[in-house]
Amino acid sequence: MEALISLAVKAIFVENLALSFFLGMCTFIAVSKKISTAIGLGISVMIVQSITVPANNIILSYLLKPGALAWAGFPDVDLTFLGLISYIGVIAALVQILEMILDKYFPPLYNALGIFLPLITVNCAILGGSLFMVERDYNFSESITYGIASGFGWALAIATMAGVREKLKYSDIPDGLQGLGITFITAGLMAMAFMCFSGVKL
Amino acid sequence: MSQTRKQLLVDPLVDNNPITLQVLGICSALAVTSSLNVAFVMSLAVIAVTGFSSLFISFLRNYIPNSIRIIVQMVIIASLVILVDQIIKAYAYEISKTLSVFVGLIITNCIVMGRAEAFAMKNTPFNSFVDGIGNGLGYSLLLMCVGVVRELFGSGTLFGITILDPVNNGGWYVPNGLLLLPPSAFFIIGFLIWGVRSWKKSQIEAREYKIQSLEVH
Repeated sequence: MEALISLAVKAIFVENLALSFFLGMCTFIAVSKKISTAIGLGISVMIVQSITVPANNIILSYLLKPGALAWAGFPDVDLTFLGLISYIGVIAALVQILEMILDKYFPPLYNALGIFLPLITVNCAILGGSLFMVERDYNFSESITYGIASGFGWALAIATMAGVREKLKYSDIPDGLQGLGITFITAGLMAMAFMCFSGVKL
Repeated sequence: MSQTRKQLLVDPLVDNNPITLQVLGICSALAVTSSLNVAFVMSLAVIAVTGFSSLFISFLRNYIPNSIRIIVQMVIIASLVILVDQIIKAYAYEISKTLSVFVGLIITNCIVMGRAEAFAMKNTPFNSFVDGIGNGLGYSLLLMCVGVVRELFGSGTLFGITILDPVNNGGWYVPNGLLLLPPSAFFIIGFLIWGVRSWKKSQIEAREYKIQSLEVH
């Protein structure tokens, strides 16, 4: 349990997907103009992330790993090279399913989050989360924790960023820095602030 | 025709750079630039993927049903990325370790999808190929600029060859460690955008609010 909590804290603060690995930057910059939309997107990322990371973990350990197909009678098969295409397939399919479920059973939530869901398939943070899970060899419970925590970290980053940007639009910024430029510099300052967490250990 | 092809190739470099103007594909641009070797391999990988994915998608553009086009594009891109990933693992194993997940993330790199969706679905294969290469080059140009700054001032080397002799080897240059850390990439790209936009005034974004002048009337 302690190991899982420490993993979660690490994934939220120290190894924040947005600010220390730059994942999901395109949406991070593009959708952080208003706090309400930013929070909506953040929550959608968190939901999708906490479903796709464990799902890909199951795919990896029962279909792709060397020897994983032993249950089907192929103990010598190693399909890890198919990893990338299966993960992105799983992500695209799950996002589609989630969209349909929300549309059918939770229309208010669908209206709030619906526009973000197609964006999420091509959000690097989602695929990145799954790839980190593979690279670090997480087991199933670790991958659930990692999925939720890393999604939360991303949501936290985009929400704070939107907060800063809402104030920023009233300030007098040099012409060339207007918009994109100042956003990058703000993100850099936020990344430095998040680096202060790097000593934190549980 | 050749004139327009040249335009397709050159236009994305500065005038319509995918990173500074369209805000696409920044994710990986920032993470792999702390050393030039890695940035160079990454650039080659992205150029290859954008070029060939545009080519193949354009070949198939009349056969892809509109409703499932994203999935089809995704599959083509993912297969190309797997190919590139395997090649890098075979010929540059050390670099593939440093690149870790970022080669895989080319799949979700918005430049690749963006060009496939915006250009390759509507144009002939050869033009799409040139456009893909051009956008890949625009991405690489920015990647290399950031990489040069970060490696030269961060560790005093370029492509691993010492240019500024660092103090701990008995030289004179005190390396700026901050440049090797993630936040510096944000600053460098921010300043690069500032530079490009001061040069190309047309790219400046409009203000949302006018600052009232302080003079008393």
